[in-house]
Amino acid sequence: MESTALLQKVTAGMAFRGTPASLLSSSSASSHVARIKLGSRSVIRAVSRLSGLTVKATHLNAYGFGTMPHNSTALKTVNKAVAVKTETGSTATAQQGHELLLFEALREGLEEEMERDPTVCVIGEDVGHYGGSYKVTKGMAEKFGDLRLLDTPIAENSFTGMAIGAAMTGLRPIVEGMNMGFLLLAFNQIANNCGMLHYTSGGQFTIPIVIRGPGGVGKQLGAEHSQRLESYFQSVPGLQMVACSTPYNAKGLMKAAIRSENPVILFEHVLLYNLKERIPDEEYVLCLEEAELVRPGQDITILTYSRMRHHVLQAVKTLVSKGYDPEVIDIRSLKPFDLFAIGNSVKKTHKVLIVEECMRTGGIGASLRAAIMENFFDELDAPIGCLSSQDVPTPYAGPLEDLTVVQPPQIVFAVEQLCKH
Amino acid sequence: MAISMALSSISSSVSSSTSVGNPRRRALHLKTQRPRTVFLGSKVECGIRGVQHTDLSRNATFHSAKATLSELLRENTTSTSDLLLMHDEGLELYEDMILARSFEDMCAQMYYRGKMFGFVHLYNGQEAVSTGFIKSLRKDDFVCSTYRDHVHALSKGVPARQVMSELFGKATGCCRGQGGSMHMFSKEHQVLGGFAFIGEGIPVATGAAFATKYRREVLKDDKADAVTVAFFGDGTCNNGQFFECLNMAALWKLPIIFVVENNLWAIGMSHYRATSIPEIWTKGPAFGMPGVHVDGMDVLKVREVANEAIARARRGDGPTLVECETYRFRGHSLADPDELRKPDEKAHYAARDPIMSLKTYLIENNLASEGDLKAIEKKIDEIVEDSVEFAEASPLPERSQLLENVFADPKGFGIGPDGRYRCEEPGFTAGTAQV
Repeated sequence: MESTALLQKVTAGMAFRGTPASLLSSSSASSHVARIKLGSRSVIRAVSRLSGLTVKATHLNAYGFGTMPHNSTALKTVNKAVAVKTETGSTATAQQGHELLLFEALREGLEEEMERDPTVCVIGEDVGHYGGSYKVTKGMAEKFGDLRLLDTPIAENSFTGMAIGAAMTGLRPIVEGMNMGFLLLAFNQIANNCGMLHYTSGGQFTIPIVIRGPGGVGKQLGAEHSQRLESYFQSVPGLQMVACSTPYNAKGLMKAAIRSENPVILFEHVLLYNLKERIPDEEYVLCLEEAELVRPGQDITILTYSRMRHHVLQAVKTLVSKGYDPEVIDIRSLKPFDLFAIGNSVKKTHKVLIVEECMRTGGIGASLRAAIMENFFDELDAPIGCLSSQDVPTPYAGPLEDLTVVQPPQIVFAVEQLCKH
Repeated sequence: MAISMALSSISSSVSSSTSVGNPRRRALHLKTQRPRTVFLGSKVECGIRGVQHTDLSRNATFHSAKATLSELLRENTTSTSDLLLMHDEGLELYEDMILARSFEDMCAQMYYRGKMFGFVHLYNGQEAVSTGFIKSLRKDDFVCSTYRDHVHALSKGVPARQVMSELFGKATGCCRGQGGSMHMFSKEHQVLGGFAFIGEGIPVATGAAFATKYRREVLKDDKADAVTVAFFGDGTCNNGQFFECLNMAALWKLPIIFVVENNLWAIGMSHYRATSIPEIWTKGPAFGMPGVHVDGMDVLKVREVANEAIARARRGDGPTLVECETYRFRGHSLADPDELRKPDEKAHYAARDPIMSLKTYLIENNLASEGDLKAIEKKIDEIVEDSVEFAEASPLPERSQLLENVFADPKGFGIGPDGRYRCEEPGFTAGTAQV
């Protein structure tokens, strides 16, 4: 029976989270056909109503909330089946290259640079014998020695200053903050020396240092381990800041940061270390100042970075199924902004939504909004939307923590609102 | 070895000969065939038992025994071959201290005439520390200082012209006018700064020492034995960065010397009011390095300790903490009314003026004549005058200089809306930096 076949396809589609196109291809255009919105309970109810069968939702909304922020319409006949586009530009062709996790990609980049240049060294807590608290430097101390993977005492301000002194006198150190939040203790050295010393010395001393570490909101790590420092450091003149979000750009940005003569802060994210991707075998270095076009589109420009890129992509699946065509740009360079890529996108779509994990007040989104308004005001058809984290110390409780961070349904809703303009 | 015996006898003979209140000078004579001292390489602590805390009044004398070399090595010979230094060395030290004093006095004059601005911290009275240490360094050794850095830069070899220009904020200054009084840097002479916040320079110095060790052990450069000297004050010794760096330097045996210029005052805060244990040198052994106290108004004593500490660092035996008891004759900065320090304390230290002491020593021991010294003073006067003229005549920085050194690689300013790097745009350096 048609209903049974449809039911099978419905449950199959939901279980695999596959593209709706595969579901629809064999169904005739009728009111029975429903676009499967992943996780949408209202559609599940509608389908079960139509088919006269009880359909159990095997995939609940991942966040455990009963209500969606918007009222989804029951059924919609879709005339064009648009598959979700695979990410362009950021991965190599499918069969070449090698697959690895993001922390391994960071390690690969690090190892390659350390082999290439003997003055590159890593300084931080537990980077040597322990292999790094997120295993980024695992196995490297055996290979390069204790002095190149220097295990420091717990003295962030001093060992960051030490790295700066070493950089001034010819080495290229990489400072690892065990958690980015710990680098708040090194703020004195980062702001005063790292950022400003090249200037106050009249250009005599360069500080080719990389400061990296995991930040961002994790899984119930508590307020102090869930900090986003990009908003604090962005005002320091003389620093460059980049954020990686995939294994491909993690390795490329790591290599670029090490090779740069400027002090660079590389923001990693606690929850992204286990992302898997296939990356090229051949050596590549990305540009520190450029943004990454993740998905071309026409309707709206979504600017994002780090973990929020993945939330945006999740929301994009929903948006595409609703007929929107968003352009997604991973800005990667938090300071300075790649105004060329951003500007080209704004000129095409005329609407901008910024999705970030920073706090609302004084975050990267705030600066980005100002920069876009200044440079591309005439191109805008709508006010720039900005979804940021709540100005709340990250609570420990799961549901509360999820509320502080931007979730895909909020992104979908915001896009829908902006696209009404 | 006479010294280790002397060390163990220190505890029984509590001596306060160089404490506050004793202006007597001691000539320091050594045998020419000096045996290798094990003092600074020794793991034995200074044999001090039961250090008593001073009471908190400012004029309290130290009750602890201080391991000054004058006590350890007192000999009684008068042969000239036993003298501490030769004619040339004496003149070199004298010239350096006169340069420091004249330069700083000229700074004060220029400040009050409106040629330099902001915070200017003068080094009058502390010359013995800078001269004593820096004149024993090589050109490739590193010096790291604080905001009271004019004289460290001068002693290390930065030309007086460049320092004065920097103070005037001219483009010919050692930092192109961008640093100012508190940020003296010189790549050529290995002066690592010049820091406005206290304690900030100590980790940087530790890093330079780490780089030396790295060169030696990782890059296998046998000739890498540059020593780093970090200068800072008594107030800094209560700061976390001080202790953290003592720990790391001792842990990794870095070739660094931590020199405390204890002038007893941190602006208006007396050292005794701020510090639970005022004897800073005792904090060295707590971290596993020798702590030495020396009379910082006597350049010969400082020099002796400096030579020992530098040799120790150079041969790879690790760091040393040297506390120099010294005094600044002027206020903390030219804006400081200096009302809290008692006149008799100032008078006491004025009587121990390091320049006068060296002059007396040189003349009494026939190492130099009045004529020699006058010639040096005249020469220095000319150098300082010339530096002022040079600074006056130098141009102020151009507007185009504003953005030049923000990034070593100016691509860091980013990509502009038109696709070009901002630094490539023709009018870039004429505008304000925009991200």
